[in-house]
Amino acid sequence: MREILEKAAKENGLIVAFAIVGLVVLLSGFLSRKLTFGRVQGSAIAILIGLALAWVGGKITGGSKGFADIAFFSGIGLMGGSMLRDFAIVATAFEVQAEEAKRAGWVGAIALLLGTVLPFVVGVCVARAYGFTDAVSLTTIGAGAVTYIVGPVTGAAIGASSDVMALSIATGVIKAILVMVSTPMAAKFMRLKTPRSAMVFGGLAGTVSGVSAGLAATDRTLVPYGALVATFHTGLGCLLGTSVLYFAVKAIFPN
Amino acid sequence: MFIYGTALLAVCHLLGIVLGDMLGLALGVKANVGGVGIAMLLLITLRIWLHRRGLLCSTSEGGVHYWGALYIPVVVAMAMQQNVVAALRSGRVAVIAAVGSVVVCALFVSFINRLEPEQPEQPPQDKTA
Repeated sequence: MREILEKAAKENGLIVAFAIVGLVVLLSGFLSRKLTFGRVQGSAIAILIGLALAWVGGKITGGSKGFADIAFFSGIGLMGGSMLRDFAIVATAFEVQAEEAKRAGWVGAIALLLGTVLPFVVGVCVARAYGFTDAVSLTTIGAGAVTYIVGPVTGAAIGASSDVMALSIATGVIKAILVMVSTPMAAKFMRLKTPRSAMVFGGLAGTVSGVSAGLAATDRTLVPYGALVATFHTGLGCLLGTSVLYFAVKAIFPN
Repeated sequence: MFIYGTALLAVCHLLGIVLGDMLGLALGVKANVGGVGIAMLLLITLRIWLHRRGLLCSTSEGGVHYWGALYIPVVVAMAMQQNVVAALRSGRVAVIAAVGSVVVCALFVSFINRLEPEQPEQPPQDKTA
């Protein structure tokens, strides 16, 4: 019996993922209505449950891909992987009002630049405070505070050691998770209401995964605007991290 | 036809990724520069263009909307595969750097969004906002 089930799950990974995620979304909708009387969005709860399951998966398997490391649920890896994630994000662009996006274009660009430089500066300062002195480590950790992809890409390009790289990735992952969880709570404070505000948020908060999940849990209609800007984040971060920002750190901390 | 919409989406997605990679190569970065963003802009432009010519029927649009609607479930699946254990275990440097950058960015988001007039579509009385 067990073997039959396991074989079925392994050969139909993506289908298992649809069923599991459907169940999680159903459960969180129920919790949202009954426990919080609709005050906390169902999707926010679903993302929290997802993160909790990721923790469980990581604890059980010791792997790095959370719940998807459990053989039975490996299809989650495909469903939540970058291919389908990006496909779904592009699809949301279908709902974008071109005029709205155009009008906020320049604010989005400024937010994008700030969203790269500010986390980088914070990351470098914290690393410096904790005893890192060489420009390569400082830059790599600073880049990790931008996104968890910018960190390792920058680190690899300028020759950082592997433990600094791991630290840099961890910084980026914690940031993404923080953005996912805290966005719905801080939505009022950040005035996340209009397409323009979502674009500012997308630029400043960076991390496509954090922005997309955070906005999904706040207001589904704002997702495409935030994602549109946020997707330029990794590219810009990698571009600046290995050039201007690295040289700046090198100039300020020569050793 | 449903598949026309999905195929349109797929073509935009692929073109965006390829253009993003080429842009990365041109800039000398080992990463995709805005591939998904370029794909989104392509899709927005193509939708407007096809609409004007009446070439996009609502069934075809359904082939795109379906994937857009799957967005939240996909994000939930993405949350399920984050390396939460490592994130919780990593040292103070990572936690403080992450919290610090999130707080600083949230302050800036709040600041910039407060500069936006409350209701932009209203007549010019609220110029002070």
